[in-house]
Amino acid sequence: MTSSGATVAGPPPVSLTRHLIARNGWTISVYVLLGLLFFFTFAVNPRFSAYDLRSLALGALPAALAAVAEAAVVFAAGIDLSVGALISVSNVLAASLMVNADFSHSLGLAAFVLAALTVAGLINGLIIIVSRVPDIVVTLAMSFVWSGVALMILSQPGGGAPPEFLALATGTFMTPWVPNALILLVVMVAIVWLPIRSRPIGLSIFATGSDPQAAMRSGVNVVRARLSAYALCGFFSGAAGLALTMNTGAGDPLSGGFFTLTAIATIVLGGVSLTGGRGGMLGPLAAAYILALISSDLIFLGVSPSYGQVIQGTIMVLVVMAGGLAALRRSAK
Amino acid sequence: MTVSGATMSEPILEIRGLAKNYGPVVALRSADVMVRAGEQHGIMGANGAGKSTLVKILTGVVRPDAGTISVRGQVRAIRSPTEARRAGLATVYQESSLIPDLTLEQNFRLTRTPLPAVRRWLDELGLHGVDARIAARDLPLATLRVLDLARALAADPQILILDEMTAALPADLTETVFRMLGQWRESGRSLVFISHRLADISAICDGVTVLRDGATAGVVEPVRGREDQIVALMLGTVSRPVGAAVSSTEGPHEGSQAAVLEARGLRAGAALRDVSLEVRRGEVLGVAALEGQGQQELFDCLAGVRHPDGGEILVEGRVRSFRDPQDAIRQGVVLIPADRAQALLRLRSVQENVALPMVNRPSRWGLINVAREGRQVLQAIRRLEIDTRAQSEVRRMSGGNQQKVTIARWLASGFKTLLCFDPTRGIDIGTKRQIYGLVRELAASGAAVLIFTSELSEIQLVCDRVIVVFDGSVVGEMSAGVADEATLLRTAHGLAAERGSAFTGAVS
Repeated sequence: MTSSGATVAGPPPVSLTRHLIARNGWTISVYVLLGLLFFFTFAVNPRFSAYDLRSLALGALPAALAAVAEAAVVFAAGIDLSVGALISVSNVLAASLMVNADFSHSLGLAAFVLAALTVAGLINGLIIIVSRVPDIVVTLAMSFVWSGVALMILSQPGGGAPPEFLALATGTFMTPWVPNALILLVVMVAIVWLPIRSRPIGLSIFATGSDPQAAMRSGVNVVRARLSAYALCGFFSGAAGLALTMNTGAGDPLSGGFFTLTAIATIVLGGVSLTGGRGGMLGPLAAAYILALISSDLIFLGVSPSYGQVIQGTIMVLVVMAGGLAALRRSAK
Repeated sequence: MTVSGATMSEPILEIRGLAKNYGPVVALRSADVMVRAGEQHGIMGANGAGKSTLVKILTGVVRPDAGTISVRGQVRAIRSPTEARRAGLATVYQESSLIPDLTLEQNFRLTRTPLPAVRRWLDELGLHGVDARIAARDLPLATLRVLDLARALAADPQILILDEMTAALPADLTETVFRMLGQWRESGRSLVFISHRLADISAICDGVTVLRDGATAGVVEPVRGREDQIVALMLGTVSRPVGAAVSSTEGPHEGSQAAVLEARGLRAGAALRDVSLEVRRGEVLGVAALEGQGQQELFDCLAGVRHPDGGEILVEGRVRSFRDPQDAIRQGVVLIPADRAQALLRLRSVQENVALPMVNRPSRWGLINVAREGRQVLQAIRRLEIDTRAQSEVRRMSGGNQQKVTIARWLASGFKTLLCFDPTRGIDIGTKRQIYGLVRELAASGAAVLIFTSELSEIQLVCDRVIVVFDGSVVGEMSAGVADEATLLRTAHGLAAERGSAFTGAVS
């Protein structure tokens, strides 16, 4: 059949490349910002060495994994305030189990820790679904529960892990300029998140966060999507806790505390919409490095830590505001 | 368009005695629908007749309390949208069901719809070269509707359900869609077409099931030019009005008063195309419209909730632009919404709720004069006869009493124009009568009132004059004396307007 004379509204008159740039503009900007920040770092500190890069990557690793954990839930329009507590649980669980283990044994224990934390995340999700209490309330309450669990496992800092296990994150690969911590981060996200995101379950997480009504009408099992998001959050919180163990070589029941809010800040900086459905994992990864780099630069410049916090917060507000203004201008067009 | 061919074939969808209650509210009592293979079947009904509940059940969003649905002679339980699709039903809803933040390709993958099939239907519908890597959010509404339709067709359903799908389509596109559906039926597929537009129904349907008060009132064959038959079925026996709350003798002061609130060529979004009206001092102007004809947008614009895309609003002869409801309130234009929850602080007391606009006046600083506030509030509460036994928390009061509280708040703080959007939705008859009486009283004391009610039979009880809105424009204006339910319903379906018939003439 020929569509005789019907003026069907066709595709918008923008080219696809421009469309893709507009859609991924935030992520691109975040990477540009990261590049500029490295440039700045080399400018103020010409002696920035492979060792500095390694400690940067090591410091950013748990924060980046925590951001990935938070993002998984926020994609589905939820929020998890217990990420920090879950990281503590993972940290003390790993450190107390691995204290006398050899390397191969410790890898098995790491897998166990990841599985346990996935279940913990699933418990968060189940409580939210069954009780119908808002995510923010349930996960806030659960943050106290998980903090308590961490203290039950290890009442004070201690424990340990075999050096080969720590080297998984602290070492470097081939050249001193490629820190293991960066590789570990990329590999973790690539082998766990990428397959999920391109499968129906990943799509349904985004669909649920974007428009739950339309998602349900499209045949998405909204409950399953939300549960998967929380399970993923548990898994990556577990990974962040393991990363913390590798970094410090010990367990501390209070170690995770501040990761919750940093994770939320990181994903916002990374272009994830807190209302759900929008954003990706690439932005938050770069954002975690940006935040780590800013604080290390401030320390190098001798800025007192209290001012450092103020500056970090100001930069974050400015960046998010700039992003908001850009979005506003685009929608006004 | 011959019906003979269709009547020969077997029934493909049979709905029997479908019923659904929401608590004490009966949404559907006993709906029967029968659709044959290759048939294009319409479903019509006035507001609240049960159409939307029927669709929700057919699509697996809501489960019925009683009744059966058979597809090809087999009784099917439809417990989810996925099961509906498995039973051979695909639905295109009033709003797009594409996920805004996913690309088209991801959207089709989500519903496991093969892209080549979608493309084929898009070509048939005259939409070529859409890039599947674009996010649904970035496409215009009309394109999304065509994509929704193409996706539904690509699932290769036995029965396609279009729920008010043409409401957001431009006329030429509607024509294309109808032409294509005509071809589609040749393969023995059936269409269930739910619409407010009699013209569309009679253009493409072989039979129409008319729902009234949650039950099937009759099945008719729509013949162009005899749409009155369907309207008569929708009305049933002309119901007795709620009761003469107002003696019609205390009529309007026609022409004698200047317009307090005036709209000229108001436009907003796709729904509100062109509405002009004026409300005079001491007058109650009614707005009659079927669901989704732009009345919501009209009231939102007038109350400052939404900014109009075009046209102007005049208050006492001066052009005003409302940035937010506060601007409108400052000009004396106040809104009573249908949903009390939108207006009230449900956890606070009656006193606080009534006093809110007084306390919240932007020019006001300093301490709240509790004694004076209390006096004004009490006066308003007494005048409205609000049952204050449960006054500590508004949410514990009945719907009618809650609505009185929203009125009392404006009574206490003063206003010039009252906008009432379906103020008696879900309220019992006794309170309804009180509220209408009150509206009349307010008008008599000099207020201008604009009122929309979804119950056409009540227009005559409260209004002096009524305008009928169809498809975002005013299609009729009459004095309340002649605005009986049948007249309003005919006009509200666009029957009196010429554009309806011109439009159907183009499709054949």
